[in-house]
Amino acid sequence: VKLTVNRKTISVKAHPLARLLDVLREDCGLTGTKEGCGEGECGACTVLVDGEPVNSCLVPVAQVRGTRITTIEGLGGSHPLQRAFVEHGGAQCGICTPGMIMAAAALGPRPSLDEIRTGLAGNLCRCTGYAAIYRSVLASRARSNGKGQRAKA
Amino acid sequence: MRRRAVGRNVLRKEGHEKVTGLARYIDDIRFDDVLYVRTIRSTVPAGTIADIRYGFDRSGFTVVDHRDVPGRNIVALIDDDQPSLAETHVRHIAEPILLIAHTDRAKLATAEVTITFNETPPTLDPERSDISFKSIAIDKGQIDTGLAQADLIVEGEYHAGHQEQLYIEPNGVVAIPESGGVTLYGSLQCPYYVHRALTVLLGLPADKVRVVQTETGGGFGGKEEYPSMIAGHAALVALKSGRPAKLIYDRVEDMLATTKRHPAIVRHRTGVKKDGRLTAMDIDVVFDGGAYATLSAVVLSRGMIHASGPYRCDHVRARGRAVMTNTPPNGAFRGFGAPQTQFAVEAHMDVIAKRLGMDPLRLRERNALRPGDTTATGQNVGKDCSALQVLREAGRRTAFSKKRKTLKGSNRGIGLSLFFHGSGFTGGGEVKLASKASLALTARGVEIRVASTEIGQGTRTMHAQIVADTLGIPYEHVAVSVADTAMVPDSGPTVASRTCMIVGRLLQRCAEDMRAQLGRLSPAAYWKKHGELIVTKQYEKPPGLEWSDETYRGDAYGSYGWACDVVEVEVDPVTYQATPVAFTTVHEIGRAIHPLLAAGQIEGGSSQGLGYALLEEVVMRGGKMANAQLTNYIIPTTLDTPSMDIKILENPYKYGPFGAKGVGEMPIDGPAPAVVNALRHAGVPVSEIPATPEKIMKAML
Repeated sequence: VKLTVNRKTISVKAHPLARLLDVLREDCGLTGTKEGCGEGECGACTVLVDGEPVNSCLVPVAQVRGTRITTIEGLGGSHPLQRAFVEHGGAQCGICTPGMIMAAAALGPRPSLDEIRTGLAGNLCRCTGYAAIYRSVLASRARSNGKGQRAKA
Repeated sequence: MRRRAVGRNVLRKEGHEKVTGLARYIDDIRFDDVLYVRTIRSTVPAGTIADIRYGFDRSGFTVVDHRDVPGRNIVALIDDDQPSLAETHVRHIAEPILLIAHTDRAKLATAEVTITFNETPPTLDPERSDISFKSIAIDKGQIDTGLAQADLIVEGEYHAGHQEQLYIEPNGVVAIPESGGVTLYGSLQCPYYVHRALTVLLGLPADKVRVVQTETGGGFGGKEEYPSMIAGHAALVALKSGRPAKLIYDRVEDMLATTKRHPAIVRHRTGVKKDGRLTAMDIDVVFDGGAYATLSAVVLSRGMIHASGPYRCDHVRARGRAVMTNTPPNGAFRGFGAPQTQFAVEAHMDVIAKRLGMDPLRLRERNALRPGDTTATGQNVGKDCSALQVLREAGRRTAFSKKRKTLKGSNRGIGLSLFFHGSGFTGGGEVKLASKASLALTARGVEIRVASTEIGQGTRTMHAQIVADTLGIPYEHVAVSVADTAMVPDSGPTVASRTCMIVGRLLQRCAEDMRAQLGRLSPAAYWKKHGELIVTKQYEKPPGLEWSDETYRGDAYGSYGWACDVVEVEVDPVTYQATPVAFTTVHEIGRAIHPLLAAGQIEGGSSQGLGYALLEEVVMRGGKMANAQLTNYIIPTTLDTPSMDIKILENPYKYGPFGAKGVGEMPIDGPAPAVVNALRHAGVPVSEIPATPEKIMKAML
């Protein structure tokens, strides 16, 4: 299967029904995407497929042929969301963080608090009670505006 | 000039790795030539093993049973009653019996093993159990005298269910056979607990066992004792096969097999004067320990000491027992017994207030502990007792008493809870632990060496802040060693709200000593001139602390945190769903070393507490969790969590680092009773958690 992951085209040998999550983690070595439940409930495995957040544990790899996939590794390291999550306590144990950041990246550049709450409702965090995650996403918004950057997916 | 680190929101040590996906959790690390391990478990709650049949070709497989245990077949902890692998008897569903391992996960998953059992009748009701792991009695004054002084005696019975820790990263370990011993990597809270369990199970000397914590995706107590079990299994496979063995639970297995919060039944009989003064508290507590003792004795201990709440009362009689049932063992979960008993006493306080026709805040104000008062164990609470301050601040911030009136008759209710939480091991526990911490000079600064683990709460960051300011060096110059038993001394388990107050204080003493030895040199200058310097300190009991395990009298904890929650809930008249719509909490924690991390503990713990109160129901059928998946074991999502108003007060504890007390556990003690009291205010008299729509409907009909 040919995949475009984080702007690179990769060829992997995988069963068409293999979970995208496993292909990313094991064949592409992109272990930033996590597995929390394997049934699409926790969102730890969230990646973007053509800019849309999906639970990669529920997606067979055959289904993403010809799409653009973005994982946490694809955000670089100084994306406004990543920096804000460090500065505002959005990451505690960190296991939900990559999925949470990817889901937040899909919210677009200027989400309201309500949009954040609704948009992240499919991502479970057991550490923060979400308050610090809201603070982080809101702060990243301010940062993107201030520096003229757009939160890019 | 160097900026002070303590009290400032410095960047989390491993923050960058966590937001970029670079942080390596156990399942992210590649080991060559690895065998995957599957655990074959009991399918009955009680019985004997009659027959085991393998429906697959065993070539290429490693199969391990109890006969492969080179040392003692136990998970060494307190009572040593739990086998690593069942031999003849099974005591609960999901009890491990066999391990099978293979390089091919698909082959492993489809390999059939059939075990037949001779079933015996299980004990599932804790109140009918005749086996008690531990009984505790606390007596203060004379209960009969206190009851005789009362104008009114109020009775109540309260039930709390199981709760699953639900760290998002399931339990997992990898064992590597190495130089005649084993190295164990894993997601865990307490490296030296695992280390000891492995030496006992494998019959190996201490230096042949090495335990290394990998980045850990949440613990909340769920990775306190259970990793000793799973580590033993992986190690047995590794030693028998001579290959690395990887054992990572999926979510369903983790929920079916691992420990949970103890279900509790608590009965109160309380004597009270017309003006609200408590004259007698008679308390009976039953904790369901599950099939083996694990940590039940100490969970019960903390539960009992907190059972009478943060109140002054001259006559207290508390009786508690943790009993055996044929269900998976219950164990450590944030709060460790205190959430159950403080739920009961705080719900009961509102029942008393109602009977007296008194404002619940006023009733608590009248009885809250003041400095100089004594707790149920006779501990004189010191100047850092802040029960009244947190109560009044929470009342003021929420206009509680006014709101209580304005909401009356609507489908909304407001409730509060006042609670406390002892920091550190209970009673003489810290003396017995005799924890050690080290500080080592490096070319650039210093390195912290402790076995205390970072599990999300901020251990590395907070410890580095304490050391930086004590040594007078920048926070960035303080490194933190991996929690690797080959590298770090045993600073004790990462539990009991002790990592800041106890281990942080040890590090502070290391840094004070090192500062003195450095003289006027900077760490870098000293390193250049003299080379290596390592300072190690051991726990010393603060003067005046006395405790008796025999009488349960004395100073149960070095210090307590104090807190008050106020919750407003709305009850849907059609679906009977209760939703928390506003949440306020005031926490007094001595000193917030890192205010943002401390707030993170309070917000996260409170959210878990709201889940405990309303959503998180473990459905047990025939001794088995019937909803062992995230689809129907519901933890709070963004939409279930109200916005939170968090206020931190600081009333320093003399023997905490920079005055700090513990903060990790306390937040989970308060939400459940505050929610139940708010429901009661809204006309829903529930006394059982979680208060699911079914229970609310029953209470309203």
